[in-house]
Amino acid sequence: MKRTATVLVAAVLLAAAGCSNSGNGSGTSSADTPGVTDTEIVVGTHMPLTGPAAAGYSKIAPATKAYFDYVNANGGIHGRKITYKIMDDGYNPANTQQVVRQLVLQDKVFAILNGLGTPTHSGVLDFLKTNRVPDLFVASGSRSWNQPDKYPGTFGFNPDYTVEGKILATHVKEKFAGKKVCFLGQDDDFGRDSLAGIEKVLGPVAAKQTYVTSNPNVGPQMGALKAAACEVVMLATVPGFTALSIGTGAKIGFKPQYVVSNVGSDPTTLAKTLGPAAGLLEGVVAANYLPLANDSANPWIQLYTKVNSQYNNNAEMDNNVVYGMSVAYLFVQALQSAGKDLTRDGIIAAVQKGGFTGPGLVPVRYSATDHSGYGGEQLTTIEGGQAKYFGKAFRTDDKDAAVEVYESSPAAPPANGIPAA
Amino acid sequence: MTIVKDRLKSATAAPTRAARLNPLIVLVVGAAIIVALTYTLPPFRTYQLATVGAYLCVTAGLTVLTGLNGQLSLGHGALMATGAYTLALWQNKFNLLAVGIVVAILVTTAVGAVIGLAAARLRGPYLAGLTLAVAVVVPSITSTFDETFNSDQGLSVILNPPPESMTVEQWQAWLCWGAALITVFALTILTRGRFGRDMRAVRDDETAARLAGISVARTQVSAFVVSAACAGLAGALFAVIAQSVSPGAFPLTLSLFLLMAIVIGGLGRLTGALIGALLLVALPAIAHEIGESAGSQRLEGNLALTFFGVVLVVVMLAAPGGLASLRIPFRRFRTKKH
Repeated sequence: MKRTATVLVAAVLLAAAGCSNSGNGSGTSSADTPGVTDTEIVVGTHMPLTGPAAAGYSKIAPATKAYFDYVNANGGIHGRKITYKIMDDGYNPANTQQVVRQLVLQDKVFAILNGLGTPTHSGVLDFLKTNRVPDLFVASGSRSWNQPDKYPGTFGFNPDYTVEGKILATHVKEKFAGKKVCFLGQDDDFGRDSLAGIEKVLGPVAAKQTYVTSNPNVGPQMGALKAAACEVVMLATVPGFTALSIGTGAKIGFKPQYVVSNVGSDPTTLAKTLGPAAGLLEGVVAANYLPLANDSANPWIQLYTKVNSQYNNNAEMDNNVVYGMSVAYLFVQALQSAGKDLTRDGIIAAVQKGGFTGPGLVPVRYSATDHSGYGGEQLTTIEGGQAKYFGKAFRTDDKDAAVEVYESSPAAPPANGIPAA
Repeated sequence: MTIVKDRLKSATAAPTRAARLNPLIVLVVGAAIIVALTYTLPPFRTYQLATVGAYLCVTAGLTVLTGLNGQLSLGHGALMATGAYTLALWQNKFNLLAVGIVVAILVTTAVGAVIGLAAARLRGPYLAGLTLAVAVVVPSITSTFDETFNSDQGLSVILNPPPESMTVEQWQAWLCWGAALITVFALTILTRGRFGRDMRAVRDDETAARLAGISVARTQVSAFVVSAACAGLAGALFAVIAQSVSPGAFPLTLSLFLLMAIVIGGLGRLTGALIGALLLVALPAIAHEIGESAGSQRLEGNLALTFFGVVLVVVMLAAPGGLASLRIPFRRFRTKKH
């Protein structure tokens, strides 16, 4: 009995050791809004800093934080400085459950910003909804984020994979007419949504294969695509698996035209992963909707480069850094729009109001009935190791709308690099 | 025959002292403490408390299997996955939680019986190898039958919200600890009776046990089935806590962690299982704190494993019987006085 009692007492003490404050509410003024004080806004995220998706993606959150640090150094937003808590989930949905609970219940963040990954973030939607936590600008193109009725606090950021699939497939249809088109995708909503978009435009593909991130071998898949004599292979893959697929293909003497989803196409990450085989990337077609990191004439890139050198230890500029800072810029815009009296409902209303202009080639789509992010993309190709845009930006939706050209050019950044109220 | 008797006696000698403790009292006291805790702890701690409860179900079952029956299982993570996926599929179809948990236990028991039948023919490293294979095969099964199990992304679990009067975390803690206390109660009754004696006899000397009229194979299979049922219950509870199941929640490292936890806690003792369950929640949390204060979030992904290893080495050197075998000084003092 003594020992059992001792153990139980120890359990109580251990559990009680970390408790400091309780009480949770989504108040109606910023005074009782979790994560918001007069001087600080605490925001959290879950990111793959380790594990199968860390290549490239691990640079996003530090870039977002760097931009926040830049804003903080310039006085913050309505006198509040932004604290960005980055949690590593290793791209494992089970870890995401854990770290997001920690952010919400223990660290009491105001919002979750830019949580990365389709399989990972899908699992925390219900939890965030139950706790009424704004779930802003999810770093994935799944259509699940756009369910305003079911998940009123969740907003996407990336163009959804179906939109992207339609745009990429339209290019394939025009440029590679009559060729045998095949597909390799991640075995989750990412791959399925992408394939849905592609097949809306092209009809059924000649062969389709899937992979899982927990098994880093795509030999059988690439072998099957080679056996099916594919001439164009469309990839819905994360960067590590884009490199793996192209490399594995080359090893078995299979070099089709690759057309890659935006999320798996950052040339800097791919070149680094492929190492001496980086030459295989030549001619790979992909798409993007933000300025390209190597476009040093672009005013946004100039701004980001400045922030990157001052607040991000001068990390190598790539499209992940551009992405991370663009997310931060959009969040600051939303904070400005929500005003001084910051509440959880307030920021959701501000994002729904929309009207944000930023670095994107096409606008974000936010409204009360649409919670999806960017509405289109422009195609890129790799020449001489450098990615560059070609053609025009396209817009479409995830249903049956036609893929149409978007003509307006993107806005210029404000002089001080921080969006005004 | 006297030797056999001696052996049986020595094997059963240890728990007789503890046998004086009425398990019903533990059950009631435990429940009271949990209820008190759920009203005093902040939500995240309550959530962690619930996780400890869910872990306790599986560590208690595993420590009976490994500690009392001497069968080494590296595959309990897979059995938990079986329970979790069963519950998820059941909930998404029928949304009846109580029945779902029972079904999850039954299905896992059936799977456990199949593995147990094979396991009863294997010894030592071969048994470990078989159960290891079971643990490794989980992700492949989910991606091979991805239409049912949805591959790495896993399934979300439909749950009705808890009654208005309590928070989600309180409800989770009560559910998990209710199940854990019942499990511990049942296992205590079971291991103190004839079945417990049989298990220990088989562990200590199979030939002797056979001579004493104990069916070795039946005892081993039964022990495996009992611990599989516990693992299935734990898996179902994890599915409820996380509101989702995915193969990533039941990796090989989970099975290894479970084993390490019961060894550190004290093999064959239910108090050891409780300590193990606490460590399973506390050590990764501490690793996270260290990682955060060291300023590197990348550290924590790998730190927990190192941490467990170090603790295992230290505990094995300092207290080979596990943490539960440690005597607190004032107790020893009192025993001496007697």
